[in-house]
Amino acid sequence: MASLRKIARRSFLFGSLALAGGVAFGWWKYKTPYPNPLRPETGATLNAYVMIDEGGVTLVAPRAEMGQGIHTTLAALVAEEMDLELAAVKVIHGPASAAYFNAGALEEGAPFLPIDESWLASTVRDAMHVPGKFLGLQITGGSSSVIDAFDKMRLAGAAARAALVQAASGRLGVAAAELKTESGAVIAPDGTRLTYADLAVEAAGLALDQAPLPKPREAWRILGKSQPRVDMVAKVTGTAQFTADLRLPGMVFATARTNPGLGAGVKSFDDKAALAVPGVSHVVPIPGGLAVVASSTWAAFKGAEALVVDWEPAPYPDSAGVTEALKAAFDGEADSRNRDEGDVEAALTGELFEAEYSAPYLAHATMEPMTAAALVKDGALTVWSGNQLPTQILAVGAQITGLPQEAIEVETLLMGGGFGRRAEMDIVTQVVTLAKALEGRPVLLTWTREEDMTHDMYRPAALGRVRAKLEAGRVLAFDAGTVSSSVVAGFAGRMGYSVPGPDATIVQGLADQPYVFANHRVTGYRAPDMLPVGNWRSVGNSQNVFFGETAMDELAALAGSDPLSFRLDHLDHAPSRLVLETVAEMADWGAPRPGRALGVGFCIAFGVPSAQVIEVEMVEGRVRMTGAWAAVDVGLALDPSILEAQVTGAMIYGLSAAIRGEITVKGGAVEQATFWDYEPLRMPQIPPMQVRVLETMPRIRGIGEPGTPPAAPALGNAIFALTGQRLREMPFGRTFDFA
Amino acid sequence: MIALTVNGSPQEVDLPGDMPLLWALREGLNLTGTKFGCGIASCGACTVLVDGVAEKSCQVALSDAAGKSITTIEGLGAPGALHALQAAWVKAQVAQCGYCQSGQIMRAAGLLAETPDPSDAEIDAAMESNLCRCGTYPRIRAAIKDAAQQMKGL
Repeated sequence: MASLRKIARRSFLFGSLALAGGVAFGWWKYKTPYPNPLRPETGATLNAYVMIDEGGVTLVAPRAEMGQGIHTTLAALVAEEMDLELAAVKVIHGPASAAYFNAGALEEGAPFLPIDESWLASTVRDAMHVPGKFLGLQITGGSSSVIDAFDKMRLAGAAARAALVQAASGRLGVAAAELKTESGAVIAPDGTRLTYADLAVEAAGLALDQAPLPKPREAWRILGKSQPRVDMVAKVTGTAQFTADLRLPGMVFATARTNPGLGAGVKSFDDKAALAVPGVSHVVPIPGGLAVVASSTWAAFKGAEALVVDWEPAPYPDSAGVTEALKAAFDGEADSRNRDEGDVEAALTGELFEAEYSAPYLAHATMEPMTAAALVKDGALTVWSGNQLPTQILAVGAQITGLPQEAIEVETLLMGGGFGRRAEMDIVTQVVTLAKALEGRPVLLTWTREEDMTHDMYRPAALGRVRAKLEAGRVLAFDAGTVSSSVVAGFAGRMGYSVPGPDATIVQGLADQPYVFANHRVTGYRAPDMLPVGNWRSVGNSQNVFFGETAMDELAALAGSDPLSFRLDHLDHAPSRLVLETVAEMADWGAPRPGRALGVGFCIAFGVPSAQVIEVEMVEGRVRMTGAWAAVDVGLALDPSILEAQVTGAMIYGLSAAIRGEITVKGGAVEQATFWDYEPLRMPQIPPMQVRVLETMPRIRGIGEPGTPPAAPALGNAIFALTGQRLREMPFGRTFDFA
Repeated sequence: MIALTVNGSPQEVDLPGDMPLLWALREGLNLTGTKFGCGIASCGACTVLVDGVAEKSCQVALSDAAGKSITTIEGLGAPGALHALQAAWVKAQVAQCGYCQSGQIMRAAGLLAETPDPSDAEIDAAMESNLCRCGTYPRIRAAIKDAAQQMKGL
């Protein structure tokens, strides 16, 4: 077990930042709640998650709904405790407020293996919730929403119910224990029914004698069962409101055209032709370029095309230079060596396995291009934005407008995909700048697909190197290195944080895996900042699990072992073994399948053991996927249907990247502009898929990301099993055609 | 003024004839269910029915839509009165982020209008034109098959 001193030394970026913050604020303050940001015009608010008026109950689900179904699950936590029907409540994002800090988001930064359930590891993970509160970041990411909310929102629901019952008790003169709650009302033994709306104002004024406990699992009506999503009907009828759908009186439409060399500025521009486009009214300088304002988005697009701009050169190299920089960083100083067991150097003698792997830059390519709206009027700023980090919008808005944060409101609307992209502030910065210039007028800023594809914060390009030694069919020594630019430094730096220490995401998916090798070392190397990089679904896992799991497959082949039993031979973590055994059973691993072959990929990501098997065949010289199976262990499955959808979707996201995903740089600009040259998988490529969700892990975990990382190695390993050709480079479309 | 029929109602719009139907619907008529995804016919988020045939509205000039009958997602069914496809979508819990789903449903409506009982291959071929980044494809397939069965029974 690690000592505390060792933890302090080994803490990763967010870990060290977090622990320092916790000490500075002092533990005593942890107990002080943030004030409730809700100010309903009618009715009452019982806490930061519950508002009740004559219209019914509104629940605040303060995490970004970007497709993962989080509004349904978060609302279910509160509705379960309040004995409300999920279909009867309204669910909203709520305001941007530190009250909605995400305590779970920092757990991943704790310097322990995900399989370490020791007292110390659990204590430090819990301690990460303290700085999470002090930072006050209302962030959606890291598959952390249910980790943060599971207790917090059930307790909020239980407390709200208790206050309503107490109010009814006072009014009826009946002991609270005699009262029941059902479908939004308190019911007395004689059948008297007081609705929550009737009791709300009174309940809001009560102080509870004791904190209520949440229901035991056996009493759950909603949780643990698949629920109709609260956003489903709106999303199939075109009535769901995304940011792009906002319409306000007097609103103008805009688009942005900024330097294709990200981070560089404008030398000069000529906007005569743009202003001559019918409907175009203004051209406004914004950071990195220009915004065109018009009477319609289409006119703004045409105006932006007509701009003549002399751009400053981009501050980063072409793709070949990126690869050189990565290789050079491999020869430099290590960023982290958080895993170092046994004596790798001594064991790596004689005949060795050596391989180098690569992964390219990737775009997020959300279906909805970046979009945001803003209005500066009468000393106040309102921002409408689908965003994973709304509290940061308050800071950015205040900085640009000079207004105090109290004069800023953020309305978070539904997101047409996020995947990490909407935690960035670039379009928010642009739209607030624009709204300030157009004071008094609401403006809706919509990027073209081309602007979106070429102005991302990309998944970093990365290289992996593995040296290993086999002995008696087992791995005696495993020495892995991985290099990329730092996502945490880039992301935190853009928010104005400077974070010392190593970046855990550089080695995420390699250093934290549960394989047991007698001699085991993982080293992370940090390449310089080049193209801006950001959080891309599953972050470091997305490249490192490909490196590690391809290497494991290669070692199995060298050892003459079955790839699945070879993995099991190196795992003594029961849930990890179980997901592999489960997915093997689902895929009927080992059964003869003429003309077809299977590949397996496995990892623990965000605390979730995740295993996948993919089946492939060759059709007229092209690889076709014919089956896909996945097993995950989330500890506790709150909504089976949503979990299945997330794993399926995350796997398809990973397969799209594995087969076709590649962003390249030439002349300082990203070369891919739209879906024709950065093409995700389409329906005919998708094989039948099956998902199984297990619950043997000791703690509840989130599922937005863990389905992505095993997909690429499972596919590459299947192609090897079928063709004998090993794929060490992504995307695989460089090597094979796919049907 | 350009005259066309949208979701059964005659409309006259005072917009440039070369404006894509997509933007006329979204910003001229405030029918925001039809989405902008790429503007170059690659993603299908803007799919609507033009005289009953699924078309990408980013590629239809408003002047070419004159006199035609347009059906958008809002015209297919409403929250209280779902079309069989929308009901099947709800039953299969298809949508994740939801941004592409209007286009997916309208493409499926176009398919079922031509091919009421499509095979798996026919479903794949028709739906290939519509991207989904959340990976809802398996549930879309299930919903289309379900809707086809329901619509046959009517």
